Order: sequence, then structure tokens, then C-alpha cells
Amino acid sequence: MLYPDTVESEVLVHKPWFVMATFAAILAVFLAIDLTGTSMGEFMRPVIGEPAESGLYGRFAIAFVIAVLFCMNVVLIGFATLKVQIAIVWLELLLLFLAFFKTFNLSLPFMAEKLPFLITQGLFTTIYVSAISIIIASAIAILGAVAKLSTNGFAYAVASFYTSFFRGLPLLMQVYLIYLGLPQLGFIIDAVPAGILALSLCYGAYMTEIFRSGIQSIDRGQWEASRSIGFGFGLTMRKIILPQALPVIIPPTGNQFISMLKDSSLVSVIGVWELMFLARTLGQKTFQHMEMLISAAMLYWGLSICLELVQARIERHYARSKIR
Amino acid sequence: MSAEKIIDVRNVSKWYGAFRVLTDVNLTVERGERIVICGPSGSGKSTLIRCFNRLEAHQQGDIVVNGITLHDKMRNVGEVRKNVGMVFQHFNLFPHMTVLMNCMVGPMWIKGVPEAEARRTALQFLERVRIPEQANKYPVQLSGGQQQRVAIARSLCMQPAVMLFDEPTSALDPEMVSEVLETMTGLAREGMTMVCVTHEMAFARAVADRVIFMNAGQVVEQGKPDEFFGNPQHERTRLFLSQILKH
Ligand SMILES: Nc1ncnc2c1ncn2[C@@H]1O[C@H](COP(=O)(O)OP(=O)(O)OP(=O)(O)O)[C@@H](O)[C@H]1O
Ligand SMILES: [Mg+2]
Repeated sequence: MLYPDTVESEVLVHKPWFVMATFAAILAVFLAIDLTGTSMGEFMRPVIGEPAESGLYGRFAIAFVIAVLFCMNVVLIGFATLKVQIAIVWLELLLLFLAFFKTFNLSLPFMAEKLPFLITQGLFTTIYVSAISIIIASAIAILGAVAKLSTNGFAYAVASFYTSFFRGLPLLMQVYLIYLGLPQLGFIIDAVPAGILALSLCYGAYMTEIFRSGIQSIDRGQWEASRSIGFGFGLTMRKIILPQALPVIIPPTGNQFISMLKDSSLVSVIGVWELMFLARTLGQKTFQHMEMLISAAMLYWGLSICLELVQARIERHYARSKIR
Repeated sequence: MSAEKIIDVRNVSKWYGAFRVLTDVNLTVERGERIVICGPSGSGKSTLIRCFNRLEAHQQGDIVVNGITLHDKMRNVGEVRKNVGMVFQHFNLFPHMTVLMNCMVGPMWIKGVPEAEARRTALQFLERVRIPEQANKYPVQLSGGQQQRVAIARSLCMQPAVMLFDEPTSALDPEMVSEVLETMTGLAREGMTMVCVTHEMAFARAVADRVIFMNAGQVVEQGKPDEFFGNPQHERTRLFLSQILKH
């Protein structure tokens, strides 16, 4: 919450100067781009005649129409309630994106044909690899954070070396190091476990820092109160400190989850058939790259949205004790 | 009267680096005794009572609490702490738990008391500090005075042998001070063993069996309230009392 003032100010999008300025800006932008050759030109044919020959007049007419539409849209949305505003803007942006994709002339039947395999093999592998990795990474993070905060020199040294190393190397290199390096030491490791190990170690390092700062954000008085009741370290950590640190930890951890989902595509370099890998190979045969890439993109996005929703739920759960 | 020593402090010294916070402190607290510790800021009052449940470590001398000697290799510090209640200046309630849970977790997790019984005890003590109706709220929803009374109830739920108070009223608005002091006076009347660091001299006069004056890490003077306030022996005590009673 930004905790807005209780005095209502005039809605920004209804101020004449704002509308004028927006109008001018949009007009200028679209004057700079020549849209006469696009479907927008076709759409304006009744007014400007043959689009290709309309010249400056056509360009101006198109820019003017777009600017008027845009400003009307903004002003009208200003009258709606918050929830409706959010819904309308989301819908409009989505439609714009669809219009953009339409310009690629995608073959929908091809997408529909490949989608089931993309989901059952690719998406499934992506989810499975990321879910296991995030669980291991969280476990590493708690251990790492406690070690980094401890007064035990050995634990601190190991933990700080670990975070420094795995945050310092590119993830791609870590994937190779584990997949190609471990066999040198005599551990033959499959592609999927190698990928999971690399992701866990890398994200565990980032999350160690997140957990450490979360634990540190808790007032010392909480430790003292907990100890004075007689709780030992484990109880204090599990029941008193971590639950209070979670609201601090969850937003950046949600970030990590979402980012891991997409970074899991890096393990395709060692031949794991996850979503990105399949999207590239399935499109290759028939040169329909765009179809597969966009399908994969939509699947990634859909997953991320699911995670965002889950995160919002958890945050709401932990906001209970803050309500006055 | 054969008195049982709950806290026995012999020749205790403590250092923060090169700075000596406590110097040869001697003090005994017997069962049922009510002790008030006062003294100027920085004289080591908080440090001393925090040594009683080993939130702080002392470097020299002996502290025996409830028959257990405190030292840095002890394995049973929990045994000491569950018998020593502590109330802090800034309440330190657990903000993520309701008032009721704040009072229930100690008995449940330390003594293995079943949940229903813990709830009954908690409600009983919340009743005693006169806020049973706030049981299902979160600490942030309560006033300072109410929070401090919850903190007292939370400690009482562990049924401690002694209660330590570290300036329990000094973070409170004036009109909330009295509600907390009344609660503490009630406890004292019921025979609870108490050690209070406080500057509330009226409280000290009314309930203390003994008042202890500390200065620069030493116990300068101790005595019954009548003698202590009526006829202080040391110059430093007189100066402190004249300053604090002026207001
Ligand atoms: N962690 C610490 N490290 C170093 N010095 C400390 C530490 N804690 C306290 N001190 C010092 O020890 C002395 C005693 O502190 P203490 O908190 O016991 O005083 P106090 O009598 O409770 O004072 P007040 O009335 O202000 O609460 C002070 O001079 C303080 O600066
Ligand atoms: Mg103090």
C-alpha cells in the first residue's frame, strides 16, 4: 500500500493539460512512424484514398485517429472503479499483443497439433525440474542463512564461499561444470539430476542471501523474549523468527521462483527435453519457429501467472497480524 | 523463618570488552520477596537482571537460580528459564500470534501441556490481568498498557518461581502506567517473588520488601523502603533520590 491521502484529488487523466499532453505525445510518435502500409492504412482507405499514395496527409490522419482513440480510452477508463480499470487495461494490452502476433501469420493448426506434446513432455519437465530445484534451494537457503549468521567460523566460511562462488559464475557454466565435471571425479550423473543440482545450487545461493536478510530484519527483542520463555534455538527459529521473516522473504523468493522457471531452459544445453528445447526442435523441421516459440512463451507466461497468484495468496495470509 | 533462596548472586562481575559493567555484585532473593532495583541510567540494572536468566553471561562470581548454577557450559539453561519469567521494557510480544497464542505457546512447547489445558490457563491469566476480551486480537491491535499486561500474563502462564521486570512501564504513556503497576501490585500481594527494575518510587514504597540502589555497576545501598527513602546512607543515593523525587 502507498497509503494514499484521505483527501481526494482530481483524477489525473481528467485534467485538461494531461489529456492535451498525452494527445500531443501520441500524435508526435505516430507521425514519426509511417503506418500507411499496414492494416491501419487499409482501415483508413475511405478517408485517405489509396494508402500508398496518401503521403503526409495519410500519415497525419492515421496518427490523429490513433491519438483521439487513445485519449478517449484513457479518459473513459478514468470514470470506472479500480477493479474495472484493471480488468479493461489488462484486456486491451492483451488484445494489442494478439494483434501483434497476428502479423506473423501463424499456422494455428500446426500449433494445435504440437501443443499436447509440448505440454506433456516439455512443460511437465520444466515444472518438475523447477519444483524439485526450488524445494532443494529453499532447504539450502535456510541452512546457508543460519550458517552465515552464526559465530562458527567454519560454517560461516563454507557458506560465504558457497554463495560467492555460485552467485559469481554464470548459471550456464555451472550446468556444464556439474554435468561434465562431476564424471571426472567418478560420479556419472544423468542430465536431469545434473540440471536439478545446478539450479538448486545456484538459486540456493541467491536465496541464502534473501533468507539471511529476512532473519536479520527481526528485532533482537523477539529472540530474547523467546529465549526467556525457555525456547531453544530450533523452536525460536522455526516458530518465532522464520514466521515473522516470511513476509519479508516471500516477495523476493517469488521472484526467484518465476525466474527459475525460465532459467530451467538453460538445462536444455545438456539435452533435457524441457519446454524451450522442445519448442526449438519441434519448429525446426518445418521452419515454423515462430509458432513453437510463441506457444512456449505463452506456456511460460501462464505458469508465471499461476505463481504470481499463489504468491499473492500467501502474502495475504501473512498480512493478517498487521491489520489494525 | 527458614528462607529458600531463589536467586543467589555472589561476587559477580561482568565486562563488555574492557568496560566493567558489574563489579562484585552480591544479592540474594528469597522466595516470596519483592525487590526493586533502581539507579541512574547506565548503572547496569538491566544487565544484572538479564544475567539471572542468562540472557547475558557473567565472567566472574556465581549466580545460582532455583538451585542451578549458571555458567557458559551449562546444558540445562532451559530448565532455569522456564522457571524465571521476564517482562521487557518494549513488551516483545510475538506479533504473528494472537494474544491467546502468545500465552499458550510456552506451556505447550516447553512443558508439553495439552492445547485445551493451555488455553484454559491462558484465559485464566488474561482474566487476571483483566483483558480476557482481547484474547483473539493480534498484539498490534492493543494499546501499550494492554500489550504489557499480555506480556505479564504470558510469563505467568509458565508458572515461574520468580518474575523479572525490566522497566516495564517506562515505554508507556502516563495513563497506562497505572494499569500495569496495579497488575504488578496485585501479583505482589499474591506472594509472587519479583525483581523489578523501575523508577516508580511510589510502587517501590508500596510493595517492595527491599530496595536496591545501583551505581556504576555496584550495589551501593540496600534496605527496607522506609529506611531507604527516609534515611539513605550514601551521598550518591541521596542525590539520585532528590533528583527522581523532585518530579
Ligand atoms: N552490548 C553492550 N556492549 C557494550 N556495552 C554495553 C552493552 N550493553 C550495555 N552496555 C553498557 O553497559 C552499561 C550498563 O547498561 P544497562 O543497560 O545495564 O544499564 P541500565 O542501568 O539498565 O540503564 P537504563 O536505565 O538506561 O536502562 C551501560 O553503560 C551500557 O552502555
Ligand atoms: Mg535498562
